[in-house]
Amino acid sequence: MATAICIQNSALFMYVLGRADDALILGHRLSEWCGHAPMMEEDMALANMGLDLIGQARELYTYAAEVEGAGNDEDKFAYLRDVQHYRNVLLVERPNGDFAQTMMRQFFYSAFADCYWRAMMSSTDPTLAAIAAKSEKESAYHLRHSSEWIIRLGDGTDESHRRAQSALNDLWPFTGELFQANPEDDALFAGRIAVDPRGLLQPWTENVTAILRSARLTLPQSQWMQKGGRSGQHSEHLGHLLSELQSLQRTYPNATW
Amino acid sequence: MTVQNISLWEVFIRSRNGLAHKHVGSLHAADAALALRAARDIYTRRGEGLSIWVVPSNAIIASDPADKEMLFEPAMSKIYRHPTFYDVPDEVGHM
Repeated sequence: MATAICIQNSALFMYVLGRADDALILGHRLSEWCGHAPMMEEDMALANMGLDLIGQARELYTYAAEVEGAGNDEDKFAYLRDVQHYRNVLLVERPNGDFAQTMMRQFFYSAFADCYWRAMMSSTDPTLAAIAAKSEKESAYHLRHSSEWIIRLGDGTDESHRRAQSALNDLWPFTGELFQANPEDDALFAGRIAVDPRGLLQPWTENVTAILRSARLTLPQSQWMQKGGRSGQHSEHLGHLLSELQSLQRTYPNATW
Repeated sequence: MTVQNISLWEVFIRSRNGLAHKHVGSLHAADAALALRAARDIYTRRGEGLSIWVVPSNAIIASDPADKEMLFEPAMSKIYRHPTFYDVPDEVGHM
């Protein structure tokens, strides 16, 4: 059994790690659909999006390792951290549920990632700017793909509408955390290394509500938002996800094939 | 698998500027926009394309295989239609 690694704390390191965790966990969730999607065409689309996200995670972990300078690497971050050391938002660890739940989660995250990466392209940190330039094109496609499904599910049959509305009601409280800023990130915002997510809330809300309106879906009344993922307080779902994601490296440390 | 309301589309990809779109296969999709997305996801994963066309399969009018003798065999005996009876001067180079 491989023991978990502990992580050191610096603002940039923790920031990059959090973004990498978002991408890895959502990418892993999408990979769970592989071979199970409603049709072959969508199976490929979900796997493609998953691979885009895992690719983003790898670049971000590699940069996090460089910033940390403690000899860790992408594999150690992914496979040897326990649940409470993950910093992803709770949204991305939500279970796949039905296809509407998966698409709604993808839609919320991609709408955020699309404006986030576009803004990050002008980061003063050249590595983050380069990762942003690559990720922005991928996220733009994820947003278009998921938006088109949300419109068709919401404005489709009674059954697809019911499922899409139910996914919206369930996942809406998890969207607030995308725009949460940690006090220790202030220096990163001031140095224009990172983008303050609070500034992205308005464009995100406009984009998302326009699509939801076309989909004939209605926003839940309650504006109460979940949080905790960014400080390592996760739902019970992440532990199960990690036990599968990490099982091989934990059981056979340093296994290669 | 239930495929109600899901129609068949033919996919054409242009791999480079200056080349024609080439038929690469088919897929199922509910409408034109989703067919285009699916074509991107299935047929351009390895950098194959610059442009995609999708066409409803039922828009294609196909020749009847039973007609193939009437349609194609008469051309077989007319070798003079091939431009192989000319001496191409070397200066012309690649044609």
